[in-house]
Amino acid sequence: MSRSDALSFQDMILALHAFWSEQGCLILQPYDMRMGAGTFHTATTLRALGPEPWNAAFVQPSRRPTDGRYGENPNRLQHYYQYQVILKPSPPDLQELYLRSLEVIGIDPLKHDIRFVEDDWESPTLGAWGLGWEVWCDGMEVTQFTYFQQMGGFDCRPVAGELTYGLERLAMYIQGVDNVYDLDFDGRGYTYGQVFLENEKQMSKWNFEVANTDALFDLFNKAEAECRNALAHDVPIAAYEQAVEASHVFNLLQARGVISVQERASYMGRVRDLARGSCEAYMAKEKDRWAAEYPEWAA
Amino acid sequence: MTDFLLELRCEEIPARMQAGARADLEKLFRGELEAAGVTPGEVTVWSTPRRLALIARDLPEATEAVSEEAKGPPEGAPDDAIEGFCRKAGVSRDQLELRDVKGRMTWFAVIEKPGRAVKDLLAEAIPAIVRAFPWPKSMRWGADSISTESLRWVRPLSGIVAILGDDLVPCEVGGIASGYVTKGHRFHHSGEVTIGSAADYAEKLRACHVIVDHEERQDMIRKGAAKVAAEAGLSLVADEGLVIENAGLTEWPVPLLGRFDEAFLDVPPEVIQLTARVNQKYFVLTDSPPLGEVAAQSADGGGSGRAAPSDPAAGASGPPPPEGENLRLANAFVCTANISAEDGGAAIVDGNRKVLAARLSDARFFWEQDRKVPLRKQAQKLDRITFHEKLGTVGEKVDRVAKLADWLVFDAKEPNGDHKLAREAAELCKADLVTEMVGEFPELQGLMGGYYARAEGISEEVADAIRDHYKPAGADDEVPIAPTTVAVSLADKLDNLLSFFKIDILPTGSKDPFALRRAALGYLRLVQANGLKLSLDTVVHAWDGRPNVALAEKVSAFLLDRLAVQLRDEGVRHDYIAASRDWQGRMDLRVDRVEARARALTDFLGSDDGANLLAGYKRAANILKKEDWRGIEGEISRTGEEDPLAMVDDPDLRAVVEAKMAERHGKELSYTPEPAEKALIEALDSAEPKAGSAIEAEDFAAAMTALASLRAPIDRFFDEVTVNAEDKTKRSARLDLLARFRAAVHNVADFSRIEG
Repeated sequence: MSRSDALSFQDMILALHAFWSEQGCLILQPYDMRMGAGTFHTATTLRALGPEPWNAAFVQPSRRPTDGRYGENPNRLQHYYQYQVILKPSPPDLQELYLRSLEVIGIDPLKHDIRFVEDDWESPTLGAWGLGWEVWCDGMEVTQFTYFQQMGGFDCRPVAGELTYGLERLAMYIQGVDNVYDLDFDGRGYTYGQVFLENEKQMSKWNFEVANTDALFDLFNKAEAECRNALAHDVPIAAYEQAVEASHVFNLLQARGVISVQERASYMGRVRDLARGSCEAYMAKEKDRWAAEYPEWAA
Repeated sequence: MTDFLLELRCEEIPARMQAGARADLEKLFRGELEAAGVTPGEVTVWSTPRRLALIARDLPEATEAVSEEAKGPPEGAPDDAIEGFCRKAGVSRDQLELRDVKGRMTWFAVIEKPGRAVKDLLAEAIPAIVRAFPWPKSMRWGADSISTESLRWVRPLSGIVAILGDDLVPCEVGGIASGYVTKGHRFHHSGEVTIGSAADYAEKLRACHVIVDHEERQDMIRKGAAKVAAEAGLSLVADEGLVIENAGLTEWPVPLLGRFDEAFLDVPPEVIQLTARVNQKYFVLTDSPPLGEVAAQSADGGGSGRAAPSDPAAGASGPPPPEGENLRLANAFVCTANISAEDGGAAIVDGNRKVLAARLSDARFFWEQDRKVPLRKQAQKLDRITFHEKLGTVGEKVDRVAKLADWLVFDAKEPNGDHKLAREAAELCKADLVTEMVGEFPELQGLMGGYYARAEGISEEVADAIRDHYKPAGADDEVPIAPTTVAVSLADKLDNLLSFFKIDILPTGSKDPFALRRAALGYLRLVQANGLKLSLDTVVHAWDGRPNVALAEKVSAFLLDRLAVQLRDEGVRHDYIAASRDWQGRMDLRVDRVEARARALTDFLGSDDGANLLAGYKRAANILKKEDWRGIEGEISRTGEEDPLAMVDDPDLRAVVEAKMAERHGKELSYTPEPAEKALIEALDSAEPKAGSAIEAEDFAAAMTALASLRAPIDRFFDEVTVNAEDKTKRSARLDLLARFRAAVHNVADFSRIEG
């Protein structure tokens, strides 16, 4: 039962872009690599480091190979969209800004029950953690709201606020649909299923059944080696990309079920070392400039 | 006298932290006042998700003036010293006075400290309280966080209201200045609210849709939820943890009732309750008529109810409230909204219904998928899961548990039952760990195994054992008594204890990552509830395939420590357990026997006879110690080549000692004993065999009664007989007699370990 006045999927994204642009955010495009979450985008991870103010918003396609359900589950997808906002330093009215963004996409807080429920965020692979909430709308988690405290093992100075909206969930909510594939994509007749159902079927099959595991193990090792090569040549952004690559290949190997419980921790440790090493190198490369421009940061 | 209001407003405080925060706020506040010598009247602390508030009644306007004296240098001291003293004391030289101190004239400064305005004191106290606040987890935020030294709070701190009487207490912390202004409900009243004083605070906020008193909100939820349930002809499954958690998530709680698809009721009720409770903070309901009658039914009908007491402070992440397998849920839930919605909550209920439906359809999917695979096949997957890096896989653990459960029933006959059932249940008891449902809800381990076993037609007894083999999980959890369950539960706990002790992983201090203390307590309670007589040496032999006394003793010692803790509340002292822990010269490897003896000892020493006998024992022991009289045991031990004490403890020498004692006691004395001496000899002649056979029969009360017959004779002996007689023969015969008395007591319990 679709609501006629509700925003389409793409209009919702456009409304969020317009809103956050007005708040002074750079509107960026997705990072052109496969990654598990918007947090992996360099605009979040690397830019959360150091003293420079940074305000950005972007959509990031997020790949979770193990969540694939061959297009048969109404909620779970191996590829979905996150809307990311990162604001550094975190502004004092971040909660109010966020709530206004919900109104912009059609959620009335006097009709719907919006709640901030404790949910601390941690990414062992990025050496990152923060405190915050999952935001509930009538009992459904629609956003992860986090004040980053550490990234790559470094204290965030200053702290950045990160908002991660689950776009499909929000759209299902706003449009009142029970199946993600029934979402109105463009307001002119295209559904989410017409755009993505076949992708979900094929990619689920590839993730779970087809992907050549020898090639994946090889890719993992090559990404790891290339990350170290990049670090040796002092190009930390390139190194970080290889850490992201290794992380995704690891997720694929998990989906193929070829990593044992015992090996899992060791692979995660290897990815973490790459991500941390990249963050460390990124900091090292910038720190003299930052210290010169932000004496209170150097202190 | 004036009232004081403090409100610390911030972004949403986690519900689970609010009770602790209230206690900490009061403690820090009282600490600050006490340091300044101010005693407040009543102190009230409230919390909502967005604020901590404190009202202190009857504060004075100012602290009392005090006059302090400081002693300085003596008269005639160098000027430098005197001036230094004046600077330190904050007085001028002409304010000093001379006094006589033991004949020596000495300078004194009298420092008048005027009373301080309490307002000023509070202005300093508030920032100190904020900075010292012990949040379990805190964070930095905003532009100031460029320094790691910036203020930390649970979430960004956004406002401070501090009013003494009608006056602002001006203060500032982390860039936030105090004021009269706060905020009302986030959505119902997003503007500012100006507070006049402590007196109008709660009512002004109420007008802005904030119930600041958490207990009032809890009450609104408790009653409101019961009311919407009753209106629908249903009754609420009471859950105090959820009441408190929802009160911590709302400033204006509005309980709303929703329905879900009846088809989901196929899923076990515990699963529905858990997903509703933990993931969504919803109450569940039953079809049964409200209140009184329900309580009566569950009291009668229970039997093997899955009793797990609810801990209100634990919130929804704690154990669920007590419910039985016969819990029959209605297809309804109650959620607690934080607004009074324009449409009466219709849209909110509809949204929540969808979320719950998605959760329940996941749960039903797991329930259906899991049942497609027989437990025996699931159990094979346990070979791929590591139990502990040094202890192999869960599959290997299951093999050990199955072997031990079989042995307990078949060989040890503790408990008495069908060993084939015990083995079957043990082999399947961990299979549910690899099911989707337990992967999603780990707290359902065991319970789901029981459901799946029943669903595939496995016998009730085995299904019950799979379900209940983790019991007892806590001090208040029920203890299994069905033999198959007892066997699997014992074997599982024993395997944990023996496995980790064998690789020297023991609990230390507060660290007990493998819950070995809980396993030990579970073992003790199973043994107690089922009257089991298990000796750990035979258990270890069966478990390890070879004797390992060292391991059995190590685990026994640990069990006895836990026993001492467990029995402390019942008045069984730890030294009574220490006095009972040896059996025939070695550590007793049967905890049931140690406990029985310690309990008998507790009763006995609590009686007049016991207390007096203990006094007599001590007197005898002291004399023997003073005289370095080792008695017959000592004499024999001195003939050995090894450590004499070890020799005494050597069970192989026991027969020799006894034979020698009998021979010695059988000899006529070379002199005529005094009447009291004779009476003691006769009493021992009579008591020793009685006590001995009672001990042999493990009837410790009878053994103690036999000892009690020695009380009068030993008292009389000390009253009438001189031990340290001039006649060497008499002296040594009497010391021998005391040694014999001491040995008779030791045979029942080691009184030397009893303190005080």
